[in-house]
Amino acid sequence: MTLYSKMLGAASGIAMACTAFAAQAETLFWSTQAKPVEEAQAMREQVLSGFADGVDYQPNDGGPWLTRLQAELQAGSGTIGVLGALHGDFSAMKPDDLVDLSDMGVMSASGTFNDLAKLGTDSMQYIPWMQASYIMAANKDALQYLPDGADINALTYDQLIAWAANAHEAADEPKFGFPAGPKGLKHRFFQGYLYPSYTNGVVRTFASDAAVTAWEKMRELWAHTNPASTNFSFMQEQLLSGDAWIVFDHTSRLAQAFNERPDDFVAFPAPAGPTGRGFMPVLAGVAIPKTAPDMDAAKALVEYMLKPETQIATLKATNFFPVVDVALPDDLPASVKAAGDAVAKMSASADANPGLLPAGLGDKGGDFNRVFVDSFERIVLAGQDIRTVLDDQKGTLAAIMNETGAPCWAPDAPSEGACPVE
Amino acid sequence: MNARLLPYVLILPVTLFLCLFFLYPFVLVAKQAFSTGSGFTLDNFSEVTSYWKFPITMRNTLLLAAAVVPIQLALALLMATMVNRMQRGRDLVLYVWTIPLGISDLAAGIIWLAIFDQSGFLNSMMSGLGLIEKPVNLLTFQNPGIVFLAIMLAEIWRATAIMLVILVAGIGLIPKEYYEAAEVFGASKWKQFLRITLPLLRPSLQTALVLRVILAFEIFAVVAALGGTLFPVLMGETYAYQFDLLNSGAAAAMALIILAISIGFTLIILRILRVPKGATI
Repeated sequence: MTLYSKMLGAASGIAMACTAFAAQAETLFWSTQAKPVEEAQAMREQVLSGFADGVDYQPNDGGPWLTRLQAELQAGSGTIGVLGALHGDFSAMKPDDLVDLSDMGVMSASGTFNDLAKLGTDSMQYIPWMQASYIMAANKDALQYLPDGADINALTYDQLIAWAANAHEAADEPKFGFPAGPKGLKHRFFQGYLYPSYTNGVVRTFASDAAVTAWEKMRELWAHTNPASTNFSFMQEQLLSGDAWIVFDHTSRLAQAFNERPDDFVAFPAPAGPTGRGFMPVLAGVAIPKTAPDMDAAKALVEYMLKPETQIATLKATNFFPVVDVALPDDLPASVKAAGDAVAKMSASADANPGLLPAGLGDKGGDFNRVFVDSFERIVLAGQDIRTVLDDQKGTLAAIMNETGAPCWAPDAPSEGACPVE
Repeated sequence: MNARLLPYVLILPVTLFLCLFFLYPFVLVAKQAFSTGSGFTLDNFSEVTSYWKFPITMRNTLLLAAAVVPIQLALALLMATMVNRMQRGRDLVLYVWTIPLGISDLAAGIIWLAIFDQSGFLNSMMSGLGLIEKPVNLLTFQNPGIVFLAIMLAEIWRATAIMLVILVAGIGLIPKEYYEAAEVFGASKWKQFLRITLPLLRPSLQTALVLRVILAFEIFAVVAALGGTLFPVLMGETYAYQFDLLNSGAAAAMALIILAISIGFTLIILRILRVPKGATI
């Protein structure tokens, strides 16, 4: 070995030791949220830079996120300090793997959210971090095709279908957009919007006659839906490109459209059906895995995330709304104003019928979603008989409910034990 | 070094590597597939095979392999004979033809998506030429045929080169004397191809087909990019079990089913294209 290569080796050794040291000092924030590059950067620069001890913010897809977490849990030691994920991600985990956060002294202002965060146990398994919802958005050019007498802030499903039909006729191609792509959130539309609005339930009423009507309406709407919707996952893209005029999606998946061309689009509440205006919140939380290397730093970071200033910074960075009581400032991005307005109108409407996120399903959350996605693919895309498909899928749904023993959640009537499929 | 031991010593590193990174994970996957937490069970297999989409994914995968592999074989043979006849520029042509091999399959899928997309190259070209009034949606659930065709094209474009490379090497090994003898007896070029090239190419054809068929059953990224959820294939379902449903047991069972199909077809190809004992070039 020459002197040169020896020096090179020593230098690289020192460099590696330095990075290892730096990684030790910062708390690793392992998240499934704020994944797009701009959002991740905003999280680092605007939200987490105020945390004294330094944070290494690493967002990732759900699969790799879980794989690394499970590897660390199995090994019994890890580098992840704080987890950031959706309620559904946490409910798929064993509660024992998360540190009990009940004595943190911070929690969300919503009792419902705090209950959800217990994951069916008696203690807080994660702390609610931020919330969002799903809304409708439209190109202002499409407003002229609204059916007579329709109020955009109090639409019914029939009016929405009529509107989509008018737009279809005017443009000579279907202009409704629906996130039915592989990464689209179509299942939430069925679970939180269509079913509550038509059947006043999700699980109990899965195969009811009212559910058949709901799917018939879905078919009518689909007739005026851009057929390329099966490749759409973020409806802001189709709003901006003009491929769709009227769309349904997650607030943060519409944000780019409002931020780029705030004057061209309008956000409005989801439509109502015979049993009210169904809608669903999205809840993300922060938790600490039991393998966190520095428990105090992790807890300090969780506390920091719940501070009002941090919550507002998070809102600006990710378009997810605060879960604690804060006074919103005036200089918010256009997307936040539009979405906030629509969500407020939706929850304040007289016929509001809020649905909760599926709870108690454990790691069967994916299977639960698949029941709805499969029903959609068979009924709407493959054109199979609605009654046959629902009766068939009903068995799968009942098996999931019995296996997990999950009790009913709103808007289904409460149940003793596992929620029955009637 | 003992000459008898030398070959074993030489393959030792590869063997160790394969044991560590192939056999060991394979045993783990097999264990996962045959257990649900309590002893030996076939539950995972009955779960994945009784799912209503399973026959569809199986049919799609087999159909795609059946449509793509023969075309690729014919193309690769044609291209290999052409390259072989070339006096000049042979290397350049080979390099160009093998470029798709260097591109990841997801990237290949996205390239073809950019062509077939609603605002893609094909649409702009057709409307530019006045063939259509406005861009049409090609890759939709109403046109399963076009989706299939697009995936086929992308696969042929992407993976023919791997067969080509093997066949070019194989053709190069065939001695010129056979062709000279055939010339003397007045055999046509076509006859020479049928009676000399094809039979003597058997070992290469075997390798090329086995490799290609196995890859065809593992198709995933190209389909995901072009078809989304419209064209479910075995590998896509495996991914969904692992990452959407967090059901590693079922994913492992799917993986073993794909492995079984691959082994089955490998055996069939080896049997059909077997080289008779004692026959050498």
